[in-house]
Amino acid sequence: MLYFSKLRIIFITLISIFFIIIASSNLFKFDNKLLDKKINLGLDLQGGSYLLLEIDNDPVIEQKLQNLTVTIRNYFKDKNIKITNFKLLDQNLFFTSDENSKQAILDEFKSEESRINPYYQRFKSHQLDIIEENNSFKVSYSKQGIINLKTSSQDQALEIVRRRIDEIGTNEPNILKRGNDRILVELPGLDDPMRIKSLLGKTANLTFRFVTNDTEDSFGAEKLVFEDGSEEAIVSKRIILSGDNLLDAQPRMNSETNETIVNFSLDRVGAKRFGKATSTGIGKRLAIVLDGKIISAPVIRDTIATGSGQISGGFTFQSATDLALLLRSGALPAPLNIIEERTVGPDLGQDSINAGMLALLIGFILVILFILVKYKIFGIITNIALVLNLFILVGVLTLFEATLTLPGIAGIILTVGMAVDANVLIFERIREELKNEKNNLIAFDSGYTKSRTAILDANITTLLAAIILFFMGSGPIKGFSLTLGIGIFTTLFTVYFIARLLTVLYVSKNKEKQGLI
Amino acid sequence: MIAFNRYYNKFNILSVSLVIISLLLLTFKGLNFGIDFKGGTLIELRSSDSKINVSSLRDNLSQMNLGDVSVKNFGNETDYLIKFENNENKNVIEEIKKNLDKSFGNNFNFRRVENVGPKVSAELLKSGVIAISVALFLMLVYIWIRFEWQFSLGAIVALFHDVIVTLGVFSLLGLEINLSIIAAVLTIVGYSMNDTVVIFDRVRENLRKYSDIKIFELTNISINETLSRTLITSITTLLALLSIFFFGGEVLKGFSLAMIFGVIFGTYSSIYIANTVLVRLNVSQKTVLREDKN
Repeated sequence: MLYFSKLRIIFITLISIFFIIIASSNLFKFDNKLLDKKINLGLDLQGGSYLLLEIDNDPVIEQKLQNLTVTIRNYFKDKNIKITNFKLLDQNLFFTSDENSKQAILDEFKSEESRINPYYQRFKSHQLDIIEENNSFKVSYSKQGIINLKTSSQDQALEIVRRRIDEIGTNEPNILKRGNDRILVELPGLDDPMRIKSLLGKTANLTFRFVTNDTEDSFGAEKLVFEDGSEEAIVSKRIILSGDNLLDAQPRMNSETNETIVNFSLDRVGAKRFGKATSTGIGKRLAIVLDGKIISAPVIRDTIATGSGQISGGFTFQSATDLALLLRSGALPAPLNIIEERTVGPDLGQDSINAGMLALLIGFILVILFILVKYKIFGIITNIALVLNLFILVGVLTLFEATLTLPGIAGIILTVGMAVDANVLIFERIREELKNEKNNLIAFDSGYTKSRTAILDANITTLLAAIILFFMGSGPIKGFSLTLGIGIFTTLFTVYFIARLLTVLYVSKNKEKQGLI
Repeated sequence: MIAFNRYYNKFNILSVSLVIISLLLLTFKGLNFGIDFKGGTLIELRSSDSKINVSSLRDNLSQMNLGDVSVKNFGNETDYLIKFENNENKNVIEEIKKNLDKSFGNNFNFRRVENVGPKVSAELLKSGVIAISVALFLMLVYIWIRFEWQFSLGAIVALFHDVIVTLGVFSLLGLEINLSIIAAVLTIVGYSMNDTVVIFDRVRENLRKYSDIKIFELTNISINETLSRTLITSITTLLALLSIFFFGGEVLKGFSLAMIFGVIFGTYSSIYIANTVLVRLNVSQKTVLREDKN
């Protein structure tokens, strides 16, 4: 255990120097790409917002089943099978047919190449489940169908969320999927997430529909309230234009009325439809509906063929800007709910950094003094290893550009406290060996050898705890497990290479001295 | 040599009572779960107006129909921690801001806002319990691979003791259980194991070395031989933890306090619980030799 080859000494020295440089790149700027790395500060240290959004897929499922009603009716009409009594209840679609058609319908749904009920070829499971009883059928989404629906609405929602956040222009947002119906948003440096929260909370489903008095409208009609709650109107369910037809939307100031408005321009299909609707509907009111509420319902005075128009609705400049942003970025496939929010202001973050660093400094000094008093020369060796341990630990975190959190700093401090354990085990063992062994070299050698299993066992148990924390924990706690876990490896490296090397150098020079440790 | 083994019985009785008291506390008083596990909203406020105090803030907020609101100082005079049960109102933070600005002037800095929905808090609690269970289980497996089953049992009994008594202290003092406490408990599990393993390692070595010493005496020898290491490591770890507790800021107070208790109990249990299990199971030289033959 006491022999070090020249090559190994060089290797150890190089590794130590490398990590010291990497660690110090947090303080100085290096031109070299490899060296110019920095530890990322977690949201709890630099300030920022963590939002966990959950997609409410229930309306999507209901809408899809609603659409399916038409599809099923038409599909079987072509096959001369009559289906009646469509009813939607609790995400189940019910309908009835006659005895003769029963089997044909079931066959259509259960066929592996079914066109009305796809997915079998790909997933070995249909999109829809069907149950028949007394000629009445119950259709609902299968497990696989739900998974696909959720994944696809998550993909769409992620895209829209990203666009909305990019539009606001926060720096380096982190937008990730969680499970199949959640989206995690991390916004560093943002101390007031109010605006983002309100923007993400809106589905932004925009439609242009005629106001009608005709409750017998063939498309159906519904009563909607105005955004400001002032009045309500009956609006046709027939959609003239939707948000999908928008190319652009911008807040503007109307110079005549001195009112803030939102200007929009339409794609070709949209422009054509808008032109047609405004030419046939002169004198009618066109309601602009956002998420089930009427923003405004102006009277059409002229045909608008230019494919652009404006929305007015008593906006402030801020609300017009936000509406334009929502329209530009598109509608969410389903409503989002914020189910977890954690926001830390930048000054609290800075306070936490200061407190963490102070605790680290004081803890470090206390441990170093204690070890120095306890072990004298070997205390110096342990302390050199401890200082290098800290550098290497920070260096490794920097190299991988890991995220440092406040519990992460606690993990570093704890590592400092526990890192001396291995050296203590070794030195105490050597002391014991020296009671029966007069030869320093032999005593030191067997001290190292005999303490090895205990050191290994002790570190593996801590590592196990750190690994579990890493996989089960979230955010700040992950940061703790990361520093604790990496700390175990850097500790073993500094104990077995650096401290041992220094010990060997010292002992071989003082072979004959009594009471060495 | 200190005769630790003279007090085996006395300390076992003490530990059993501590565990029973802790379990009673956990059953009847329960734990003070924070919003991580209970759901709800937490706001850390700093005011720049020294005339504002806890009771004026509480009076103001209690008019807002937030349910059970708790307001207390946090760290220093001008910092406050406000907590209330989960509220369906999505804009509650905005409304609180407006309300406070209206009543006290624009004197507040919202330093931290946390809002955990009921679904998330239930999941966090579940994953916390799973994490601790998995940790205990993995430790059991590890120690079972490395040592004979009697040692494994001793280590696990010591672990359960540490975790239960630490939680008992939290229940007794009404300290808040949040995510960082789970991290602390897991680290305690690692630390306590670490301490026990070092002594066990020596017990096993001594079982092979001395063929005629009974386990009662042998554990005492082993404890004494490893005592200075046990103390030094506990002291340096406690120095680090005390430094976090006193200087690391309010957020880490609960975490470091749990760890401090854990390290103290862990050190104690390595000596007085893990070893006494070996004695009670009458571990002998044969136990280790049989293993060697295999």
